[in-house]
Amino acid sequence: MSLPDGWELVVGLEVHTELLTASKLFCGCENRFGEEPNTHVCPVCLGLPGSLPVLNRQAVELAMRIGAALHCTIAPSTFHRKNYFYPDQSKDYQISQYDLPINSRGYLDLPDGSRIGIERAHLEEDTGKTTHLSSGGRLQGAERSLVDYNRCGVPLVEIVSAPDIRSSAQARAYASELRSVLIATGASDGRLEEGSIRFDANVSVRRAGEPFGTRCEIKNLNSLRSLQRAIDYEAQRQIDLIESGGVVRQETRHWDEGLGETSTLRVKEDAEDYRYFRDPDLVDLAPEPAWVDEVRHRLPPMPSERRSALGALLSSPTSAQLDAVEAVVELGIERFVHAVARENGDVVIALSRAANELASAVDEVDRLAEHSFVTVVDMEASGEVSATQAKALLAGLLAGEDSDPRSLARAKGFEKMDQSALSTLVEELIGAHPDEWSRYRGGDEKLAQFFIGQVMRRTKGQANGKTVIEELNARR
Amino acid sequence: MNARTTAQRVRRGEISAVSVLEDSLARIHAENPRLNAFLRLDEEGARAAAERVDALVAAGDDPGPLAGVPIALKDNLCQRGVVTTCASRILGEWRPPYTATVVERLAGAGALLVGKTNLDEFAMGSSTENSAYGPTLNPRDLSRVPGGSSGGSAAAVAADFTPVALGSDTGGSIRQPASFCGVVGLKPTYGLVSRFGLVAFASSLDQIGPFSTTVEDAALTLEVIGGHDPRDSTSLRVGAPQLVAHVDDGVAGRRVGLVRELFEGADAEVVAAVHTAAEVLRAAGADVVDLSIPELSLGLSAYYIIAPAEASSNLARFDGVRFGHRVSGEDVTAMMEATRTFGFGDEVKRRIMLGTYALSAGYYDAYYGQALKVRTLMIDAFARAYQHVDLLLGATAPTVAFPFGAKSHDPMTMYLNDVFTIPTNLVGHPAISVPFATGEGGLPVGVQLLGPGMSESVMLAGARILERDREGL
Amino acid sequence: MSSSLSRDDVEKVARLARLRLTEAELDLFTGQLAQILDHASDLAALDLHDVAPTAHPFGLINVMRDDLVEASLPPEEILREAPDAEQGRFGVPRIVGEEP
Ligand SMILES: [Mg+2]
Ligand SMILES: [Zn+2]
Repeated sequence: MSLPDGWELVVGLEVHTELLTASKLFCGCENRFGEEPNTHVCPVCLGLPGSLPVLNRQAVELAMRIGAALHCTIAPSTFHRKNYFYPDQSKDYQISQYDLPINSRGYLDLPDGSRIGIERAHLEEDTGKTTHLSSGGRLQGAERSLVDYNRCGVPLVEIVSAPDIRSSAQARAYASELRSVLIATGASDGRLEEGSIRFDANVSVRRAGEPFGTRCEIKNLNSLRSLQRAIDYEAQRQIDLIESGGVVRQETRHWDEGLGETSTLRVKEDAEDYRYFRDPDLVDLAPEPAWVDEVRHRLPPMPSERRSALGALLSSPTSAQLDAVEAVVELGIERFVHAVARENGDVVIALSRAANELASAVDEVDRLAEHSFVTVVDMEASGEVSATQAKALLAGLLAGEDSDPRSLARAKGFEKMDQSALSTLVEELIGAHPDEWSRYRGGDEKLAQFFIGQVMRRTKGQANGKTVIEELNARR
Repeated sequence: MNARTTAQRVRRGEISAVSVLEDSLARIHAENPRLNAFLRLDEEGARAAAERVDALVAAGDDPGPLAGVPIALKDNLCQRGVVTTCASRILGEWRPPYTATVVERLAGAGALLVGKTNLDEFAMGSSTENSAYGPTLNPRDLSRVPGGSSGGSAAAVAADFTPVALGSDTGGSIRQPASFCGVVGLKPTYGLVSRFGLVAFASSLDQIGPFSTTVEDAALTLEVIGGHDPRDSTSLRVGAPQLVAHVDDGVAGRRVGLVRELFEGADAEVVAAVHTAAEVLRAAGADVVDLSIPELSLGLSAYYIIAPAEASSNLARFDGVRFGHRVSGEDVTAMMEATRTFGFGDEVKRRIMLGTYALSAGYYDAYYGQALKVRTLMIDAFARAYQHVDLLLGATAPTVAFPFGAKSHDPMTMYLNDVFTIPTNLVGHPAISVPFATGEGGLPVGVQLLGPGMSESVMLAGARILERDREGL
Repeated sequence: MSSSLSRDDVEKVARLARLRLTEAELDLFTGQLAQILDHASDLAALDLHDVAPTAHPFGLINVMRDDLVEASLPPEEILREAPDAEQGRFGVPRIVGEEP
């Protein structure tokens, strides 16, 4: 969606990601989603009197990986208490990082080449989960709520972007790219539907060239789609408000996915005074430089590098091929294409098969050996099987029908068509379609597709398109 | 009978742990209704422990250095399944599902955990008058307070209920009641004793320590409860301290600073006791010098900002949701307010509000931020003093035990009680109060020895000299 | 600096701390807290620009545990202590306003 002329959108995102640790941030309870309520709690994460937190080293490691991936400064940091009363926060304060976060001042490059600044990426603990007892489970109108503390104390990293985002599509691209980065670092499973990654958006609008407008923070954005829709809605709301002579109030707003609207949660005047202070139960964190270096060096390539590496295999990629590159990297299956490239195979075919056939069965790709993929691509490229047959072979391999492409091809009866039979068939078709043949001979290359289609129909897809063209050209 | 002798005799099979326990329980049953030192007994648990100790002895196994020693626990220490109240209404009949590290260590050393003692609510006070379960009486004079906040533990030892009790000391809450009740009270180096399972008042100041009748028993108990605990991030990476072996090392050749700011303004008898203590140390071969550490005068102000600030956050979890008492309300905020308003006493409310204010927007820098810097000044000042001396000497409290109600109407007057004990908490150093003299009405007067971090062994040797030569107490 | 703690301030901190005060308590606490803060005004008067705050008296850093799963508590032992529990969860009355 584009804004009315003369208006500019300014968005900053706060992204919370749960970390893939075995245990919680400050206690040994298992960090696990979807268990029976209150089965993963102990005195520490339940905030029982007398309990004390002890920091999880792996959470620090994962936070530093995120910092390294986002080109942040990784620095000595402290833990503060953010004090507020809320029943899902078992101690009635959240342990978080405040003026000295572990990661600060980095950036994330998006596939379109734009760069979004990262202000900070700090460690903190997650809250419990509240179930509202009312029709529909909504907070409004609920008479009573029930709290499960299994999620309470799960490690989070909160990633705060600079207000560099200028459209809802860019916000979505940033969120999507950040998700890929988080998965690539091993810090997150990326499961938005399970709440592993959650978004808050700070949205303001301004007339071009003017200073930043008053921003509103939108909460409850649980998918890329709602993120984009909510920003669009909110931008239009603010513009309408200003154009009708009103002023935007600084406030926190709630996105209602069903209604497609944001509504006021809290105005700034009601903002809590969080009384941040250093948590006296924890000591300062100052990761040794050797540890930080190790994290930086062990960091696997990030999606942007991987896209460049994959794109570099193509001489002058089309935009469809670039989309395929993005999809393949996003799914983390580019190793198949690289395997084909290493064997000097046909990279264009490989990319297409990866972006389509492998992508559609991405949960099964571990069944497929890289060398089997290379073989299928070679079989298709050499005309040993047709494209249609190659797709069927990949589907069969991914479904676990066989592990060897050639034995699967035999089992499916994908014999390469006899060259003389094809030759005879092409002769027949030329005779049956003299008009088309004369136009083809006259230089109308589109007619090749006509003949290929005819051959395919007669051979039930067994023939190879390239060979058909060779046969036609031999008679031109 | 003191703890060390009791344990030795139990380990040798000369007396049974069960008989030691029954004697202790008999004294408690006879006197506690009057003194209110114990809030609750765990007779069943203690008997089971005594039987285990006796069985180990019979089998020729070592039941541990505190075998058969009855020990009282301040009721802010968690013991699985045993009601823990912090002398507050807000905890109701809370039974913790876990046990404090110190309690585990005591049990592992063969001690018999007989019950939980009274305190100022959440350890906030200097008289044990702020208990939701009524005050504890001073066994030396029933018209007087036992001091606080660990008044119940001090009284339990003074009344010979148990030879040892644990307390917690945030600003003097072990040493001041020890002085008032005429027993030994030790606050260890911050981080030497695990706080895991101690209901926090002010996390950066709280430290668990022993009450005992002898300096040697304090050393013995600290050996058992001290040493690194991975469950407390502020725990020092040190092993169990070796203390009993050094308790008779004496003070010959030691330098002791007699610190003006640690006795000035105290009652004449208290000042006299401190000077006598200096003479005793001198006679034992110590070089005692007069010192002034002016920064100590800032301690009280810094303490009454830092401790309430931390408390305001530590006590937020008492909200009626997960444990303890709840007063209903029409929504969750109303419920929390009603619960806390009913559940907390005035002193706790006062400190929560004071701390909330000191941390709130616009006041943090002037109060809390400034107080943390004063801590740095005091650490530096102590460090300078300890370049010249091994130990510091002063009074524990400005007065002997005062009558009930004498100070409870005025918080500031009550806080001034802690002026000599607070500095060590702010810098994390150890200190000990040794009963040394008598003052007004024949009431006990304790003197205080202070040392740098991890100097317990030197400090205890000094305390042992004072104990040996104290005036006929 | 003399403390200028007002009744309004006390009302505000009581609300932040989830405490309800009667009018009489408000007067009493305002006086008492003002007295304590006045005593602490000696701190505010100090020039401590060059002094670093002390967080831990011995400067401990980097205390961490390995990422190992330990046993959690049996839910019944926890819920037994809850003022209100249902379906394995802790019950609370109506929540007004969403999480900060
Ligand atoms: Mg946050
Ligand atoms: Zn836990």
